[in-house]
Amino acid sequence: MRALPPLFENWFSTKGWSIHPHQQQMLDRADAPSLLLIAPTGGGKTLSGFLPTLIDLADGTHQGMHTLYISPLKALAADIQRNLMTPVEEMGLPITIEARTGDTTATRRKRQRADPPHIFLTTPESLALLVSYDDAPRMFRGLKRVVIDEIHALAESKRGDQMMLALARLQTICPNLKRVGLSATVEDPAAIAHLMACHPDPCDILLADPGPAPDIQMLRTTQAPPWSGGGAAYAIPAVLEQIKQHKTTLIFHNTRAQAEIFFHNLWLANDDSLPIGIHHGSLDRDQRARVEAAMVRGDLRAIVCTGSLDLGIDWGDVDLVIQIGAPKNVKRLVQRIGRANHRYNAPSKALLVPANRFEVVECVAALEAVLAGDLDGEPRGAGPRDVLCQHILITACAGPFDADRLFAEITSAGAYAALSRQDFEDCLTFCATGGYALRAYDRWQRLLQRPDGLWQLRDPRAARAIRMNIGTIQDSDTLKVRMRRNRGGKPLGEIEESFAATLTPGDTFLIGGQIVRYEGLRDMTVEVSRDAAKKPKIATFTGTKFATSTQLSARVQQMFTQDSWPELPDHTAQWLALQRKVSQLPQPGRLLIESFPHDGRAQTVVYGFAGRNGMQTLGLLLTKRMEELGLSPLGFVATDYATLIWGLDPVEDPAPLFDLPALQDGLETWLAGNAVMKRTFRASATIAGLIERNAPSARKSGRQATFSSDILYDTLHKYDPEHLMLQITREEALRGLVDFGRIKEMLDRVGNRIDHRSLSRVTPLAAPLFLEMGRVPVKGDAEERLLAQEAARLMEQSGLAQITPAASSQPRWRNGQ
Amino acid sequence: MNAYDLTLAGAPLKALSTGALWWPDQGLLCVSDLHLGKSERIARRGGTILPPYETRDTLTRLAADLALTHARTVVCLGDSFDDLGAAQALPEAEKLWINRLQAGRSWIWVEGNHDPGPVELGGSHLAELALAPLTFRHIAQPTSSAEVSGHYHPKASLSLGGRTVTRPAFVYDSDRLIMPAYGTYTGGLDTRAAAFAPLMRADARAVLTGKTAIAVPMPR
Repeated sequence: MRALPPLFENWFSTKGWSIHPHQQQMLDRADAPSLLLIAPTGGGKTLSGFLPTLIDLADGTHQGMHTLYISPLKALAADIQRNLMTPVEEMGLPITIEARTGDTTATRRKRQRADPPHIFLTTPESLALLVSYDDAPRMFRGLKRVVIDEIHALAESKRGDQMMLALARLQTICPNLKRVGLSATVEDPAAIAHLMACHPDPCDILLADPGPAPDIQMLRTTQAPPWSGGGAAYAIPAVLEQIKQHKTTLIFHNTRAQAEIFFHNLWLANDDSLPIGIHHGSLDRDQRARVEAAMVRGDLRAIVCTGSLDLGIDWGDVDLVIQIGAPKNVKRLVQRIGRANHRYNAPSKALLVPANRFEVVECVAALEAVLAGDLDGEPRGAGPRDVLCQHILITACAGPFDADRLFAEITSAGAYAALSRQDFEDCLTFCATGGYALRAYDRWQRLLQRPDGLWQLRDPRAARAIRMNIGTIQDSDTLKVRMRRNRGGKPLGEIEESFAATLTPGDTFLIGGQIVRYEGLRDMTVEVSRDAAKKPKIATFTGTKFATSTQLSARVQQMFTQDSWPELPDHTAQWLALQRKVSQLPQPGRLLIESFPHDGRAQTVVYGFAGRNGMQTLGLLLTKRMEELGLSPLGFVATDYATLIWGLDPVEDPAPLFDLPALQDGLETWLAGNAVMKRTFRASATIAGLIERNAPSARKSGRQATFSSDILYDTLHKYDPEHLMLQITREEALRGLVDFGRIKEMLDRVGNRIDHRSLSRVTPLAAPLFLEMGRVPVKGDAEERLLAQEAARLMEQSGLAQITPAASSQPRWRNGQ
Repeated sequence: MNAYDLTLAGAPLKALSTGALWWPDQGLLCVSDLHLGKSERIARRGGTILPPYETRDTLTRLAADLALTHARTVVCLGDSFDDLGAAQALPEAEKLWINRLQAGRSWIWVEGNHDPGPVELGGSHLAELALAPLTFRHIAQPTSSAEVSGHYHPKASLSLGGRTVTRPAFVYDSDRLIMPAYGTYTGGLDTRAAAFAPLMRADARAVLTGKTAIAVPMPR
């Protein structure tokens, strides 16, 4: 056992602390090449990661950077900086600590590169940018340790893959670099250890005491949840009551739109004027910062939030976490619950509030899973090649490179350990020439191989564009929202461009908890005015939509087989009983399909329980089959448990739709033309550097916008179907948004055991689907039919159909010649 | 051929669903803003390396329209090439393809802001073309009438009960017609953009291209 130096020993005792066992173990094994600590929130994780660094730096002899800290959130880096300053100042340690994120000023960044601090705090994207500079070896000289915080959050996304590639680069620069990962409770620590190891070196895992079991319950309300909807407005009085009884309450929502509506309703009912704030990723940065500051000061009694507060920033004294809406994923729920009682060895207190009756079932299933310690998760598979392409370009920015050495470096990262040389070469070729079957303009290739065999940028000026494109987070196109004033009013936040396109002046929506009226669009900014009187339209913010895990779906389905449901509240039990009476409940091993008319459309609901992404894919495949069978589908919407399809003609016999070979045959052709593939292509092509992110200035100029990525997709698909970008798109879609695996598994399990019910009206179980966001249009026959109808209506309405614009015959429709 | 029939200054015209304009009386087919060689230009300037198939795709569609109309005259209404360098750098096969398309018909390159000089391909090169009663030029002049132009790449959006359909579109009124961009790698400018307001009368229409040519009051 490595003893604490007296200075540290004293500091601990003046604080009245003793070192946690896992902090001691981290210290003892500070020389391990890689070490992963799994500890619950509040377990002094950060200090465990930094203790060896602080001790090492205490004598003041180290020159240059010593420890690099990487966190998924900018705010977390700033928070950690504050927290680290406490021991450093109190012990008078000669240590410099600085953060660098996208918000750091240019002069400070420049200075950090010239004269780096001992402890450097940053994000994966900023790290990727730093390794793209040719002076990276100088900046990181002497680096001994890297601490990756909240690695469980990074490990789930391409941000983690990018970070590990950047670390592989750093490891080449600093061969003795030791890696430390800090993670919340996860179901598969070995998977994270595999990702963060520098192969072939191992990564050991330290499991801290998980602490006491959480105190978690369903919120009791006098009023029953509604049949459908996600607002949970019925629970407002009960939630307010809980806020009064606790010091600080975090109220988590699954989507930003739901958070906005809930906050609005909460505020309307807040007769005692309790200080309550709202926090989500679409709000203006200044507004978010104000809420964060108020929270740290302890001025707020509650914060309505989304995943933007998921990670471990220390927001003061939270003693209750409320989860509104079904948690979708047991692991995430456990991590959110951990936000309450940010103290070690105190049970976290949490309440679940289902937004509707289906979610009651899901919440009960999730509660049982939490109590059983049954965490869920899906394995992530090999490292994505779009991220690899970006990494090759980043490497080229830093200077000429040798392909063999780069390949060796990349395969030291866990996610890419099994990468074949051929796959690597394909990515390199793509970066160099575009990798097209047609070699049209090789003289303009992006990377050149020099006579000495090294690769370099043809045009060094390209580095700037590549650096601007660094990152794997896909921003959707959003527009800023401002109050209309003479000279640019207060910024409120952002809404999606597609949502803005549906607004006409006079429409109202919620943002930052207030109702605003859409006035118009100026310079790519949405201008609004205050409007207190009206009921708002709903803003469709992109909240991340998580798929309900396989394990949780199975628990829900199992509950449907029960004769009665004593563990459910009466209202929900009655609802399920009603569904059983008017139709039937979905049964494990069988597939329930309901067809009924509603809203003037023929509706079909398929209860597949394959998770949101899987059900989305099923929707795409089924609508394609329906199009082939002439049923004119118009669109569909998918939830975790069902897909709702609407169209012009009803489904009478579902059997031909569910022929697995036909669906699978259709998969390839279907993959070609659908919106999800195009969205996936756009994301991957942007990451891989085929499409450059629109610079804000370019968009603002508003001239012919760059042509859409859909055109590139269609062109590639037509002329170069085996191209790397399409391969990557297929891989990404199949594992991410498509999730065909779960569909296939479901259809195999079901076989021909399909229960089809033709009904005269919406069923209880189907009703919630009609309020779901994320409706996907089918661009087929029905769209042409509707377009013709709408055009005729508009011409008639405007009077243009009656008048002739010039001295000729009246315009007429022509079909062929 | 799917088309929407309209009349400009007494000349009966057909706005084809493909984005080309057909003037049967003159046997004239007009296409605008082909932007041939765009991917080459972007790569040359150190940008990304886009799939180099847009010229092939644009010419394939143009050949189909020529086969359908048997046009005697072809007017390319400016910005036919993404720049003059792109015109020079066209692969030999694509230059020959253009030559084949030109055989037996009169071919006019009207100059645009992207391609302001002559190109080394067959056909004649003009600043603008007057063919009574119409004038063909790249950029619309606010004071002129009986004018066919391109340049703006108009696209129109329609809201269909919760979904928005956006397509390249012709816009026209009693004075002028503005062509949609015909090239594969071209974006569009929404008809609601400020640029269209001073050019188009209140009764202007947009003809959406796509599967069928569909006319609506020009969205503003």
